[in-house]
Amino acid sequence: MTTTVSESAGAIARSGRPGRPDMRKRKSARTGRQGLIAWLFALPFVLVFLVFMAIPLLASFAMSFTDFTARDVQSPLDVSVVGFDQYVALFSDTRFLKSLGVTGTFVLFGIPITIAIALLLAVALNNGIRHLKAFYRALFYVPVVTSIVAVSVVWRYLLQNDGLVNSTLAWFGIQGPNWLHDTQWALPALIVMATWRNVGTLMVIFIAGLQSVPEELYEAGELDGAGTFRKFWSITLPLLRPTLLLGAVLISVGYLQFFEESFVMTQGGPLDSTLSTAYYIYEKFGFGNYGLASAASYVLFVVIAIASLFQFRALRSKD
Amino acid sequence: MTALTTTPKARTKKNAGVVRRRATLRMFTYLGLGVVGILWILPLIWMVLGSLKTQAEILAKPPTWWPREFTLENFVKWFQELNFGQFFTNSVVVAILTVLGNIVFCSMLGYALAKMEFRGKKILFGAVMVTLMVPSVALFVPMFVIVSKIGLVNTYGALILPFLTQPIGVFLMRQFIMGIPDEIIEAARIDGAGEFRIFSRVVMPLCGAPVATLSIITFLFSWNNFLWPLVAAQSQDMYTLPVALSLYSTGQNSTDYGVLLAGSVLVIAPIVILFLLLQRYFIQGVATTGLK
Repeated sequence: MTTTVSESAGAIARSGRPGRPDMRKRKSARTGRQGLIAWLFALPFVLVFLVFMAIPLLASFAMSFTDFTARDVQSPLDVSVVGFDQYVALFSDTRFLKSLGVTGTFVLFGIPITIAIALLLAVALNNGIRHLKAFYRALFYVPVVTSIVAVSVVWRYLLQNDGLVNSTLAWFGIQGPNWLHDTQWALPALIVMATWRNVGTLMVIFIAGLQSVPEELYEAGELDGAGTFRKFWSITLPLLRPTLLLGAVLISVGYLQFFEESFVMTQGGPLDSTLSTAYYIYEKFGFGNYGLASAASYVLFVVIAIASLFQFRALRSKD
Repeated sequence: MTALTTTPKARTKKNAGVVRRRATLRMFTYLGLGVVGILWILPLIWMVLGSLKTQAEILAKPPTWWPREFTLENFVKWFQELNFGQFFTNSVVVAILTVLGNIVFCSMLGYALAKMEFRGKKILFGAVMVTLMVPSVALFVPMFVIVSKIGLVNTYGALILPFLTQPIGVFLMRQFIMGIPDEIIEAARIDGAGEFRIFSRVVMPLCGAPVATLSIITFLFSWNNFLWPLVAAQSQDMYTLPVALSLYSTGQNSTDYGVLLAGSVLVIAPIVILFLLLQRYFIQGVATTGLK
């Protein structure tokens, strides 16, 4: 919005004093000097970008084709090139494949659940109630600002065999599993926690989306005799689709990198049932196998980059 | 204005039943939200209550709800034995310097991208986009090698420098500065002010709102940042709070829940208090940037 306004304002200003040659000349001279100043303004970013982004990205790519280990840090150029060996090793490591499966499961279940709950809450807050809106919004948003490490500690405590969750279930006569020590239940437990922590973000984005749905459409729907659910299904959902897509891509980038939950709650266990790809990379790094870790992080990077491209698209189409 | 307000046209006798049904629906919504809301906040309440229980009570089965005996021993342990002061200082110093750096550097680049014409602008913008897309997990291995090579491992530099110009901040500032009328800046240029003077005296004073949002996004990010500090901080004197807590929780004290919950309270409480005070900016940050 602001972009178009300022651009058209600029266009008017420019067309207001057309084609005075001396003006144009002075402008190009100024552009040259301004170019230097502009790059001075950009210098801090450029330095950070080169040292902590561009060079590592290239180095990581290069390292994934070598046998780089922790011992080579002091003399990085002495490593031997091994071609695609690291990638071959990676894809023949059943634990890496397992980690891709775990990450995929986390994303495929985590995203729809998070979106569904966030949407339900957004609709309830935006359309379903009149008072306490800000209170509820803050309440559901609080987990978003918490440190994942800290809430992982808390949830580990909740999910202990005799913790709050199982004690509550026992009240109703249900014998809960030993969540984090059960290969079937550990990953679902992590997904539930991630959902709890991320719903607030999407809820806020969805509320913003809901508020942009024109009131007249609902009124028209009412005149046609549409009930609450029909209006939601036929008016709200279709109009909200770009926002939902944006939300999906947004959290998928975060979910693809999930690490802290495994690190604090399960250390990737039991039996690698919560071994995320990020955790696998960290583990290989910890063992000093930097070449393999780089190869694995490149695989994950490509997946995340694709998701990010979708995010960029979604953001653009929203504008 | 909610979708449920009825227009005068629709408010006929025929619709009395509809109105009543809606009132019922709304009541159930309040009720449902109340129940879900309590469940939602329960983990954090349970954390606070647990942190105030004695070690014996925390092990009690079935768990007690309200602490029989309130104790601060778990917190005292963090302050007296576990070096909390150091971790807290590290977290605060890193977060504040990261925020300050982002305010200055993101604004500078945002201004250049928004109001200056120069060669390479598109490439620069592309570089910001790339930064937005590359996840830290893809970078930490080579970053660690580079940081070791230049001798920064285990220093504040390693914890701060990589995060000094967050791409989200650049977008935020650029977007806002683009909305500042060109005439104001042109007028200053005609008055003979240099670009740095215009930036610091004309543009920045107008940027209060986006700077507030930027500060909050950056502070939150830095306070909760984990993977890189875990890799880069190698001794206790450099640990940030999440690193210290995670290592304590996965070491030999992993079942020492009183202390662990107290640690979680100490990590979470400052940011939640900040959130409750500055809610508007937190939520604006999410809604405007559409990014975490």
